[in-house]
This record gives sequence, structure tokens and C-alpha cells, in this order.
Amino acid sequence: MRRWIWTGLLAVLAILAMLAVVGCGGEEETATQTPQVQATAAVTQTPQGQATPTPTPVVRGPKDVILATTTSTQDTGLLDVLVPIFEEQTDYNLKVIAVGSGQALAMGERGDADALLVHAPSSELDLVNKGVAINRQLVMHNDFIIVGPTGDPAGIKGMTSAADALTAIYNKGATFVSRGDDSGTHKAEKALWTKAGLDPAGKSWYEQTGQGMAATLQVANQKNAYTLADRGTYLSQQENLELVVLVEGDPALFNVYHVMQVDPEKFDLVNGPGGAAFVDFMISDATQAIIKDFGVDKFGQPLFIPDAGKDESQLTPG
Amino acid sequence: MDLIWDGLGEAIRIIRTGDYSVWEIAVRSILVSGSATAISLFLGIMVGSLIAFNQFPGRNLAFSLVNTGMGLPPVVVGLIVAIMLWRSGPLGELRLIYTPAAMVVAQTVIAAPIVTGFTAAALRNLHPQLRSQLYGLGASRLQMLWLVLWEAKLPLLAAVMAGFGGAISEIGASQMVGGNLAGETRVMTTSIMLQVSRGEFAPAIALSLILLALIFIVNLILTTVQQQERRS
Repeated sequence: MRRWIWTGLLAVLAILAMLAVVGCGGEEETATQTPQVQATAAVTQTPQGQATPTPTPVVRGPKDVILATTTSTQDTGLLDVLVPIFEEQTDYNLKVIAVGSGQALAMGERGDADALLVHAPSSELDLVNKGVAINRQLVMHNDFIIVGPTGDPAGIKGMTSAADALTAIYNKGATFVSRGDDSGTHKAEKALWTKAGLDPAGKSWYEQTGQGMAATLQVANQKNAYTLADRGTYLSQQENLELVVLVEGDPALFNVYHVMQVDPEKFDLVNGPGGAAFVDFMISDATQAIIKDFGVDKFGQPLFIPDAGKDESQLTPG
Repeated sequence: MDLIWDGLGEAIRIIRTGDYSVWEIAVRSILVSGSATAISLFLGIMVGSLIAFNQFPGRNLAFSLVNTGMGLPPVVVGLIVAIMLWRSGPLGELRLIYTPAAMVVAQTVIAAPIVTGFTAAALRNLHPQLRSQLYGLGASRLQMLWLVLWEAKLPLLAAVMAGFGGAISEIGASQMVGGNLAGETRVMTTSIMLQVSRGEFAPAIALSLILLALIFIVNLILTTVQQQERRS
């Protein structure tokens, strides 16, 4: 009887060890395909070249595409809808790494991602100018909102200028929770403080979470604090929050998302065709239609407004 | 208070129905951490018996290093493994980052020193004359190792429990090298963090209950075995 138990335990461990070895072996097989990527990657630059998916995925090199993106696209659930469709259509395996836009761009800069879906336009342009990001395309927009407790201690409700609202919060010393993670939202918030001519850093009422949008909203909710959020994440989290929208509609609160791929010529391991396929997918008519309707059934309004193909300078918040 | 009771009720419903893929996530956790534990056991027995049975200069240093390793902060392990496995890192060509295999590697780095430490201590505590006696009876080296391990099987079992517990409960390394990809590298701990950050407490509670139950069951089985061994 005792022997039997021991043999059983040993067998379980042995099976697990074998599984581990098999798992690693499978990964190594993908690694051997690396040379093929470089061969194909160099050729494909134009989006049109990717429009017709080849039926045999083997030829295309690695199947994995790493997408570095902002937390808002994941926290809202938009990517939960889009990823399976992309994988179905293209046979790629999309690995979504949801971090702040700042970190996502850094991953792109190191060649640790194939495609980027982010909302930090000026930092994105830096990356494009460095020649690291190519094929940058406008995808969608929504807007930032200042949310806070219903009590509204700083009395900002209904203000039309975000900078004025931040000034009121500053003067009141009301608790404000910042992302503090160099994300697109954090960059936008810092720009608003600069516009107001104020520097909240180091103030006792100014808290930094260093976490994603949904997590930061939760913290603000617990602390009865103000925070800057993108409307999409706020709406998707609304049922778990007591925070209300206090300031909206300022053109300075405009929030625009771009997709781009990392230049495969800069990095040997970057999956060029995969990155291009994702850019194409995001700006395709079918995907834009899904973005247009996403969230309408649940929240009564769309979380993002699709913009592919539009002239960026013509966009206005709303 | 509502949060607790509603959350618990909803959590139990989720466990029953398997919503939010909780069972799939639990099975993945067990596979990843179990694999890491199995590899750690192998490494632990090799290294542990090496430093327990041999006299060599720096043996005390080796023990200290292993003991330090037992307290490695998982998030530091995660960072180091991630830097190695990122495409821009030295092992990027293996394309292991954001795969379950990468998580097994990271968890092995966490669990192996724990298992090694326990193993080395267990083997060192065996009766010092056991080995010379076995040699005297004409045992080969391999037979000897097997018999000695058999003798130390209860502490070894504790080593496995501690290693598995360390691997399945850690989050920092799994998040960093696995990326918390749904259906691929999302394990119980990373999933709990994600659900909490989204304010979805019920699935987080459900996964926490499963994780607790799992650790309890593993310990129950192993403790039962130990008790039976002691009695006989």
C-alpha cells in the first residue's frame, strides 16, 4: 500500500517533468524557424502586400506576434473581442502584453514587440522619427475625463477647462490619484498640469499608483479621490465604481490611438509580416465596424470611435 | 460586508460553473508549477547530494548560497529571467518569452534552491555511518544514492511541498515572463491580480479558494503519507 502511494507520486512527478520537456521542445521548434522570418520580413513593408493571407502558415515563419499595448485596450475588453478574430483570420497567435503606453513604446524600441497599439502621439512620433516604428496608422479615439467622488470637494463639476479643474483640485489639496507609470494617460495628465502651470509632484494629496487604468480607478474609488481616466476604461468599470464624471469635453482631453509595427529591418527577431498583418487588421473596415459598435449594447454608448483613414487634424473630441 | 458575502456566493457559483475559465486556469497553474517542481526535485537531489556527501573547500559557502537561494525574491527572479529571454536579451533567439516554458524556467529558479536546501539538510542529517555501512554491504554508488534517498524520503517530501508551494504562489515572475496571456500563460495568481485590478472580486475570490484548496490538498496528501510512514 505504501509502495503504491510512493510509486504514484513518483509517476505524477515524472509525467509533469515529461510535459515540461515536451513543452520546451515545442518552443524550440519555433525557434528554428527564425531564419525564415528574416527572409520574409525584409520584403514586406507595404500593408497591401499582406492583404492576402497565404493558406500555408509554415512559410510565413513564426506564428507568434507580440502586441505591446496600453492597458485601456485590454481593460475595456476590446482586445478580448478583437484578438480571437485576428487569430482566426490570419492564423497568427497574438500575444497581448498590456502595459502603459510608455512601456509599450519602450518594448518596441528594444525590438521586444512586433506591433504597438498606443495613445501617446508625441512619443509615438519620436519612435517613428528614430526609424524604429513604421506603418503608423490612426485607429480610433475617445476622450479623457476627470472623474471623482460625488461629493466633489474641489467643486470642479461642469467645468469646461480641464486645466481649471486641476487648478481647483490643486488649490483645495483634494486627493488626486495619478497613474504615475508613464502611460499615455499619465503623459496626458502631466501635459494638463503643465498647461495649468502647476507641479503637483511631491504634494501629500497627489498619489501615484504605477498601475493600469482599471487598477488606478479602483484606488481612486477607495480613496474618494479624483483621477484622469480614458472614457472607455471608465465606462467598462463603471459598475464597480462610485466615481462620477465631473469634467469632460475640453479639446485638451482628446485621446487618440494609433497602431504601428516595429521595423523588422532593425531587429532580427521581429516578426515583420505578423506586425504588418495586425496593422492591416486594426484599420480594416470589418474591425473598424466592430470598434464602432463595441460597448454600445452594454454601456449605451461606444467606448471608442473608429477613425481609420481619417485626416487626424480634422478630428475633434466628442 | 456585502462584498464578502456576495463575493463568496458568486465565487462558489463560478467554481461550480467554471465561468471565467477558472478551472482551465487552475489546471494550467498545476501543470506549470508541477513541472517546475519536478525539474527542481531532479536538480535539488543532484546538487543537494553533491554538497551533502562530499567534503570540499567552500562547502559551507555552498550551503550558504543555497540557503540564500531559498529566499530569492520571485520578482527579482522574474526580472532576471525576463531580461535573459526578451528578444533583445542574450537568449531571445529561443523565443521563450511569454510562453508557459518561460514560466517553468522562472519558477524552477525559484523552487530549485528551496528543494536543494531541504534535500541537502535532509541528507546531511542522516546517520553518518549509514553510507559506510551500505558501502560495506557492497552497494554500488547508484544503489547507495537510491537507498539513501529512500531513507530520507519524508524530508524529501517536505522539500517537494515547499518547492511546489513556492512556485504556485508566486506572482511577480509569472507576470513578467509569462505576460498573463489569456488561454496561454494566465495562471491563478496573475489572474487574481488582473480581476482585482478590474474590480471583479468574485472570480478573484473563486480562484483564491481554488488555490487555497489546492495547497491544502497537496499538504493533506503528503502529511497523510508521512503519518503512515511514521506509524509503520
